[in-house]
Amino acid sequence: MGLFIAQLLTGLANAATLFLVASGLSLIFGVTRIVNFAHGSFYMLGAFVGYSLMQVLPGAIGFWASVLLTGLVVGLIGVIVEVLVLRPVYKAPELFQLVATFGVILVIQDLALMIWGAEDLLGPRAPGLKGVVRIMDEPVPLYDLALIAITPFVLFALWYLISRTRIGVLVRAATQDREMVAALGVNQSWLFTGVFFLGAGLAGLGGAIQLPKGGADLLMDFNILAAIFVVVVIGGMGSLPGAYIAAVLISVLNVFGVSYLPQSTLVLMYIVMAIVLTVRPYGLLGREEVVGEHGQVGEPERPIKPAGTKARVMVAVMLMALLALPLADSHFLVILTTDIIIFCLFAASLHFLLGLGGLVSFGHAAYFGGGAYAAGLLVVHVNAPMELAFVLAPLGAGLAAFIIGWLCLRLTGVYFAMLTLALAQLLWSLVFQWDEFTGGDDGLVDIWPAAWLSEANSYFYFTVIVGVGGILLLRHVAHSPFGYALRASRDSQRQAEATGINTKRIQWMAFTMAGALAGVAGALFVFSKGSVFPNELEITKSFDGLIVVFLGGVKTLSGGVVGAASLELVKDYLTRIEYWRLALGLLIIVVVVLAPNGIVGSLRKAWERLRGTPADEPSTTAPVALTSASAGTQESER
Amino acid sequence: MLELSGVNSFYGKAHILRDLGFSINAGEVVSLLGRNGAGKTTTVKSIMQLVKPEKGSVIFDGVELTRLPTHRVAKLGIGYVPEERRIFTDLTISENLEVGRQPPRPGVYSWTQQTLFDLFPNLAERRSNRGKALSGGEQQMLSIARTLMGNPRLLLLDEPSEGIAPVIVEQMAHTILKLKAEGLPVLLSEQNLHFARMVSDRAIIIEGGLKKFDGTFAELEAQPEIRDAYLSV
Amino acid sequence: MNSAESAVLKVEGLSKSFGGIHAVSDVNFELARGELLALIGPNGAGKTTCFNMLMGQLRPSSGNVYLNGEKITGQKPRRIWRKGVGRTFQITGTYQSMTVIENIQMALISHHRRLFSLRPYATRLYREEAMQLLELVGMSEQAERACAILAYGDLKRLELAIALCHEPTLLLMDEPTAGMAPSERIALMQLTADIVQERNISVLFTEHDMDVVFAHAHRLMVLNRGELIANGTVEEIRNDAVVQEVYLGGGSLFAAGDTHA
Repeated sequence: MGLFIAQLLTGLANAATLFLVASGLSLIFGVTRIVNFAHGSFYMLGAFVGYSLMQVLPGAIGFWASVLLTGLVVGLIGVIVEVLVLRPVYKAPELFQLVATFGVILVIQDLALMIWGAEDLLGPRAPGLKGVVRIMDEPVPLYDLALIAITPFVLFALWYLISRTRIGVLVRAATQDREMVAALGVNQSWLFTGVFFLGAGLAGLGGAIQLPKGGADLLMDFNILAAIFVVVVIGGMGSLPGAYIAAVLISVLNVFGVSYLPQSTLVLMYIVMAIVLTVRPYGLLGREEVVGEHGQVGEPERPIKPAGTKARVMVAVMLMALLALPLADSHFLVILTTDIIIFCLFAASLHFLLGLGGLVSFGHAAYFGGGAYAAGLLVVHVNAPMELAFVLAPLGAGLAAFIIGWLCLRLTGVYFAMLTLALAQLLWSLVFQWDEFTGGDDGLVDIWPAAWLSEANSYFYFTVIVGVGGILLLRHVAHSPFGYALRASRDSQRQAEATGINTKRIQWMAFTMAGALAGVAGALFVFSKGSVFPNELEITKSFDGLIVVFLGGVKTLSGGVVGAASLELVKDYLTRIEYWRLALGLLIIVVVVLAPNGIVGSLRKAWERLRGTPADEPSTTAPVALTSASAGTQESER
Repeated sequence: MLELSGVNSFYGKAHILRDLGFSINAGEVVSLLGRNGAGKTTTVKSIMQLVKPEKGSVIFDGVELTRLPTHRVAKLGIGYVPEERRIFTDLTISENLEVGRQPPRPGVYSWTQQTLFDLFPNLAERRSNRGKALSGGEQQMLSIARTLMGNPRLLLLDEPSEGIAPVIVEQMAHTILKLKAEGLPVLLSEQNLHFARMVSDRAIIIEGGLKKFDGTFAELEAQPEIRDAYLSV
Repeated sequence: MNSAESAVLKVEGLSKSFGGIHAVSDVNFELARGELLALIGPNGAGKTTCFNMLMGQLRPSSGNVYLNGEKITGQKPRRIWRKGVGRTFQITGTYQSMTVIENIQMALISHHRRLFSLRPYATRLYREEAMQLLELVGMSEQAERACAILAYGDLKRLELAIALCHEPTLLLMDEPTAGMAPSERIALMQLTADIVQERNISVLFTEHDMDVVFAHAHRLMVLNRGELIANGTVEEIRNDAVVQEVYLGGGSLFAAGDTHA
């Protein structure tokens, strides 16, 4: 009993940090509609800044002053990010901003590395709260009790701010209808900046307040990201009490998991989430999400056409060039190109889902890594021949996508995206923690191609054929009746359903197919490297995919491939310099700001401007925006 | 006090307003008439800068509005009541009014929640109810009250009678007449000719984004062919 | 025309309430083959709610809908479509990223149950059939234009063509002429009336433009606050005192018969 209570208290104490960070994420999303991937970075900064301040400010007062100051400092950093990076891209298509926030992650990572170095920092103990008290004979740190006592006050203060003050009223109003708030004389950009300050500040507070229990290191940003997404999803987007309940639930479960199911601590969180969302699709205290439905915002995608002769010849020539590449006799070039092709296939499969289907998956790495692991496990455990493993890998990935797709497609918009991320993390945590089966952190090694492909360049040819074949297959499907049905489901679900199209099933099949093709990429990957590690399933891998698809251009057929190839090339070049993350992050931000239509989309626009021939003359009375995604809105007269 | 000239606005690629120009004088209630799709809402939105005119000017008390963001236009004293009402359904009535609150403006009547509850008694009873619990008519009242909280010097009402029960429309007409008596100028976009005639001094008719008529209702009565051509009965 | 077998559409006691508010209450009517029936009423009377229940977008709180004698209450829109009900929307819902003809081809692909096919290219499927439909609505010249740049009237015509793809026995048209110029309105309804007569299709439509209604409807129903208050020929409705009062005008503010300017 004593142990039980002590664990409960530990869980409650851990919930403090989780709640602070998650509530900030939820607030920012509510008002700005930006899924702030950089939120984990604000948390990490909070830990580092808090650490430095605590070195300078002495005593108990110094400690708590440091915590508060950290909130302020990180809040101001949030303001800088909002003003410099996000303001220019608010008008860009929905979710495009998340690429910018990803750039911010990279920049902050390297800045933290520059300032605080690569060493993990051990957090100072809180002066005056260093001891433990015994509760039913179990030691409970005083600091934990302090955290447990503080959190409800923070919750109350936030609740008061949001529900009782003018600022809170404006924030809630803006969450519902930003434009109307502006039309009533409220400066939106000021409000956005304010919310960013508050959200980032909360994340910073969370980072500082956990110092005595942990410390500061450069992996904190991604480590907390999945957890706060889970908290926000379980609690319900935009609900502060929901976030608190979810944070407590997750933290307590985690503590008990560590003692009773040490092998499945990570998995537990995602299982809880899956259960909650099965019962309540919009979280414990959340409401149905109407904004950010599937579908695209802004200018509609142009009609697509099967490639003409010219384009086919070009592709053929490029393919020849690829096949001739080994003649250059550069091992490095062959390896690099192999990597690029594999990544292109992965990106193309995500683009299929995101571009044609309008289904924004935040967890596409699950199927890439899933395919790689399926193949790897077959080879390692049953000694399967490569050919068999290669066939079964996409099937495994497809099966995972089939199941996850079924779960996720019951939701829409950002809930859909968050759930894909969380379920991908579930898969990752399974792989990561199931040591005896998956090798855990040590990965799977010694997975090599069959003898007939062991020749230096033969696997390269194999990759070209399978990889490019997969990309062309996806392109073909885009033009097929199925691909059209997928686009129809995205363009107007209502019209599609009213003409006999089972849009959910179409989307489900597309999800499965995209997963299977990502699995092919994963299989190609594992046999080219000879090994696979859990990071192939990780969030960062999913984000890589998202970045290249958005950077390439969602609304263009070739966006995914072009984006993937460009990023891999740039990365290969940049990683040779010391602070390559900083450089890459800045580059991404610059591209996002300058080319909101993505590389292909922006190039196409520039080309059209050069030639001075727009695709088609606008007709005089066409109400282009009339049929925008939101089917529920009243017809407004223009 | 408000003057539009040569305004051209687009909605996406569609050219909605074509060289539209008219003016509103102090203390005047003007009706903007025309059928669905004529460009009434776009006109109102072009004044608010919710739609940015590509060409032309909108001048309010000597200030060029086309260069300003929407919230600055509102701050200058133009109150906007949108067609779809757009009340904040998750907020209570009091909170809705709070969003609209602006500091008192010299030379204009300063509204408070209390004076507005006197004007719209049925809102007073339900001040702690959430917006979504209101009927269409009550939502329209709230939308107007919310805008009045900004102490406007000019009120833009976009199709206030649309989808509202006739009894409430009649109430609303009386409200507008009261506001007019206070000296508040109003631009009213309407399809309901009788309602428009009852409250306003002057009618502007647009069709296809072009101005087709600008004059008093008496003049409009004298030209039934205009009425028949642009306001299909 | 009073047995369920001869009526294409039969509605019995259809009701819908949202959180205690009765949007539609106890609506009963029948629609005969080849008949053009207009449902009119002030905004907010429950016309669209009624429509959404007929097409399966909304599940009725109570009551039943029969199509050619078969109960279709609460079925999904796509099932009802398969049973032969075409629909056009008040706000067009065409596929913005496709060309005009591809919009038709998409519906034909669904009609021919080829939605999950991977071959051949969709643009090559049922082109002639699609072209015929486009000719029918007078849009064949615009076949290759992007849907996103069409004029509104053309979108409405395109939607009509899409609704015809599954050879429906019943068309439900929600404000088919809303947002169109008067000349276009008459033309669109004339086109609809011609097609309907030629193919012996029944039509139920809502409309605000009384010119359109009086010119084309065989019969009118008037909905007010969720209740059917009148059902009869154009002449009968025009002279109905109750309808005069609630819709066509009455009271101090609405002295004359032209509520909607």
